[in-house]
Amino acid sequence: MTARLFKIFCAAVTTLGVIVLVIVLFHIFREGLRWVDVQFLESFPSRFPEKAGIKSALWGTIWLISLTALFSIPIGVGAAIYLEEYAQKGAVNSFIDINISNLAGVPSIVYGILGLTMFVRFCGFDRSVLSGSLTMSLLILPVIIIASREAIRAVPGSIRHAAYALGATKWQTVKSHVIPAAMPGILTGIILAFSRALGETAPLVMIGALAYVAFVPEGPMDSFTALPIQIFNWASRPQEEFHQLAAGAIIVLLAVLFAMNSLAVYIRESAERKHK
Amino acid sequence: MISVVTTISIIFVLVKETSIFFTHVNVSEFLFGVRWAPLLEPRSFGVLPLVSGTFLIVFGSAVIALPAGLATAIYLSEYASERTRSAVKPVLETLAGIPTVVYGYIALTFITPMLSSVIPHLKVFNAASASIVVGIMILPMIASLCDNAMRAVPDSLRHGGYALGATHFEVTAKIIVPAALSGIMASFVLALSRAIGETMIVTLAAGATPNLTLSFMESIQTMTAYIVQVSLGDTPAGGVEYQTIFAVASLLFLITFCMNVAANRILRKFQEMYD
Repeated sequence: MTARLFKIFCAAVTTLGVIVLVIVLFHIFREGLRWVDVQFLESFPSRFPEKAGIKSALWGTIWLISLTALFSIPIGVGAAIYLEEYAQKGAVNSFIDINISNLAGVPSIVYGILGLTMFVRFCGFDRSVLSGSLTMSLLILPVIIIASREAIRAVPGSIRHAAYALGATKWQTVKSHVIPAAMPGILTGIILAFSRALGETAPLVMIGALAYVAFVPEGPMDSFTALPIQIFNWASRPQEEFHQLAAGAIIVLLAVLFAMNSLAVYIRESAERKHK
Repeated sequence: MISVVTTISIIFVLVKETSIFFTHVNVSEFLFGVRWAPLLEPRSFGVLPLVSGTFLIVFGSAVIALPAGLATAIYLSEYASERTRSAVKPVLETLAGIPTVVYGYIALTFITPMLSSVIPHLKVFNAASASIVVGIMILPMIASLCDNAMRAVPDSLRHGGYALGATHFEVTAKIIVPAALSGIMASFVLALSRAIGETMIVTLAAGATPNLTLSFMESIQTMTAYIVQVSLGDTPAGGVEYQTIFAVASLLFLITFCMNVAANRILRKFQEMYD
């Protein structure tokens, strides 16, 4: 009897998780869908809900993510290759190891404080896209490094040995064999890291990404706003209409995230097919 | 190397500004004071209301997420067919990928109205709705980490149990869960550390009133929400008010850091056991 009940309980709880997701999505779409149109995408934020849109937030996010990609991908993948292929296993390496996994667990708002002190004040980059993307890079670097290392570690040793047997140098082996073989894993990790960066709000609030920006950033030193900031701003106002606008912006954000995750799944599966 | 530099600079920034803060404010006043009012006269720098707010949320979300996450994991790893598994896993991954600001929006516009239709005197900003949503947010993480831990238990243990005449339920409850216990514990600690550091949900839904209370119906403020509140306002850099966020952030960093180190240590022990 207990056994039956226990199984039913576990199944019910699992179903509950699925139901929660459906309710969340349903609520957001019911509230926000009628606001999402071309005018919404092409207008700046406004005091009047009918005229408000997310143009500056959308472009701010695009700027932020592009610059973050520019900083974090080469450094992250480079660090992973170094740690897996070149670094000697030893006390230093395992210290760095533990360090990286601890960094991945630091609350994002602490990164925001670091960004505020280092980039906004100390380096004098002010509240610019540059400060935002540097902070964001620090935040997602551990994620990229961990994912890339796992991908590189999963490349079978036989591939390396075969390359050496044919007289390839270490660099040739890494460049022409290990990296291409690990590519799908690395790409999946990068995409997942960026879907996290897209939704991160707290560090951007900390470095002071402006909530009301009626222009599109034109260079890395311009101030900016981003989609999550705009959602936060609208959601924290008391009026019902702005809550619905927030739901509209959430739909756009979720659509982008969903597209990115589908891409990650597609890359993973087509890579699995190739190996079989 | 960058990672080490990042750690060092986080610690450096926090220690430097916090030590300036402590030249103005007594350490014991900060740690044991029961009134937090750094922005209003008469000022008071007792951090306990923020800590209690944070732990109220953590406790509330743990009550929801720990049993539910574990039950989901048990179902997925021990009972579900391969097909159900491959249907539920993506749902959990999607739940895990929803940005926290979206969860904050849900707490404010969906959970709070729903709760206040049941509980008449509920405040607009309250700890209950934030706890529920933080619980939903950490649930997928617990479920997938526990699932991994239980699937890592060697099949020989399961077969041994069946050979001794144990039922499916007995094998699950008396062999698999105890064997995976350290992995399960590690996932709990990691998830709770996530809940402590969680910012946007509590900022949007739990309010901005530092309140030393144990009631879920009240409006409270967490450590993270306080940091956001200060950075949204126009507090000038350099004053004591500005340094409070570093002191609070140091405390936050210290708590989550210890929890993460503990969880990683448990996990590593666990891996050694079966390798």
